[in-house]
Amino acid sequence: MCATCGCDNEAKISIHRIDQPTSLNVDDIQFTPVEPRITPLPNGRKQIDLEQDILLKNNLSAERNRGYFLAKNILALNLVSSPGSGKTSLLEKTLHELKTQHSFYVIEGDQQTSNDADRIASTQVPVVQINTGKGCHLDSDMIWNATQQLNPANDSILFIENIGNLVCPAMFDLGEQKRVVIISVTEGDDKPLKYPDMFQSSQLCIINKVDLLPYVKFDMENVKKYAKRVNPAIQFIELSCTSDEGISDWYEWLRKEKVEKIPVYG
Amino acid sequence: MSIVETAEEKVKEHHAHSVEEIDLVIGDLAGIDSQALEFAWDSAVKNTVLQKARKNIIHMPGKAKCLECDCEFDIKDQFDQCPLCGEPLLQILQGKELQIKSMILT
Repeated sequence: MCATCGCDNEAKISIHRIDQPTSLNVDDIQFTPVEPRITPLPNGRKQIDLEQDILLKNNLSAERNRGYFLAKNILALNLVSSPGSGKTSLLEKTLHELKTQHSFYVIEGDQQTSNDADRIASTQVPVVQINTGKGCHLDSDMIWNATQQLNPANDSILFIENIGNLVCPAMFDLGEQKRVVIISVTEGDDKPLKYPDMFQSSQLCIINKVDLLPYVKFDMENVKKYAKRVNPAIQFIELSCTSDEGISDWYEWLRKEKVEKIPVYG
Repeated sequence: MSIVETAEEKVKEHHAHSVEEIDLVIGDLAGIDSQALEFAWDSAVKNTVLQKARKNIIHMPGKAKCLECDCEFDIKDQFDQCPLCGEPLLQILQGKELQIKSMILT
C-alpha cells in the first residue's frame, strides 16, 4: 500500500493502445483549472493568493528540455564547478578521445568571451556559446535556445558547461539527466560543506588534477566524507587530464550512462 | 528576476496599476541570503510595478526526517545529521521553499 495516501500501488497497471475509438463522449469530461484565489479589498484593490514557486518558469522549461532529450535519446550532462577546476580541459580531452565513438554536442556558458567555445570548436565538435553578460548561471530557456541552434542528432551526448560558480547554478534545473560537479585538488577539501546545494543536487563528483596531490594539502578522504554527508548517494571519480590517471573511469561512466541506461520504449 | 516578471504579468492580467504588497516565502535552506536579496531588491524593482511595493518575507525554518530512524527534527544546514542515530540520510521536509505567496494589487 502506498504510504502517502493509502492507495493500492500493488495493483496491476495497464497501459494499452486504443485502435478503435471508444464511446466516451469528450464533452462529459470537465476540467477545473486551478486558479489563484482572489479576494477583493477596499478601494478597488485585490489580493491574489498565488503560492507560486519563484523558479516555476525555469522548472517548467527544464521539464520541456528533459522531454526533448528523452524523446531523442540524448544524454544531457550539466557540468558545474568553480572557475578553474578544469571543466573545459576535461571536455577537450573527452571529445578528442571519444568523438569517433559517440556524437557529441557542447553548450558553453561563460559571462564573457568565446574562448572556451573556440577551444571546443577546434575539436570539430558542434558547439554553441552562451554569454550571460552579468548573469551567474545558465537557465533552462537559454539551453532550449542553444539546443535549437545546435539541433543535436538522436542518440548523441550533450555536454552543458555551466558558468564557473558553485552557488547559483545549483538552483537552476536545465533539464539535464545527470549533474556532474567537478572540483580539483588545488581547491579546499571542505568545498562540499561550503557549497552543499551543488553537491546535494549532483550525481557524480569528479575530483580533478590528482597528479598534483603530492604538492598540495588536500585530503581525499575528507572531501568524500563531506560530500557524502551532504549527499549519501553521490559517486566519485578521481582523475587527471594531464597524467591520464583515472580518465578511463570517466569514460566508462559515460559509456554506462549512454549505452546501458537506454530508456525502454513501447 | 522572475519575481518582477510574475508581478508584471499579474498586474497586466488583472488590469491593475501596481503592486502594493508582496509576500514571499523563503526557506532557510533555499540558498537565498536575505541580506543579498535586500541588496538586490531595490535595483531589481526599479521602474517596475514592484517599485513601491511593501515586501514581507516569511522565513521557513529547516525541518528534516531521518530516513533510518524516522525521527523528525530541526536542521540549520543540509548536512546536519540525525540527532538520535547520527545518520546523514535525511529527507528535507521544510526549508527549501522559494515562493511568491500573495500580492495585493492596486
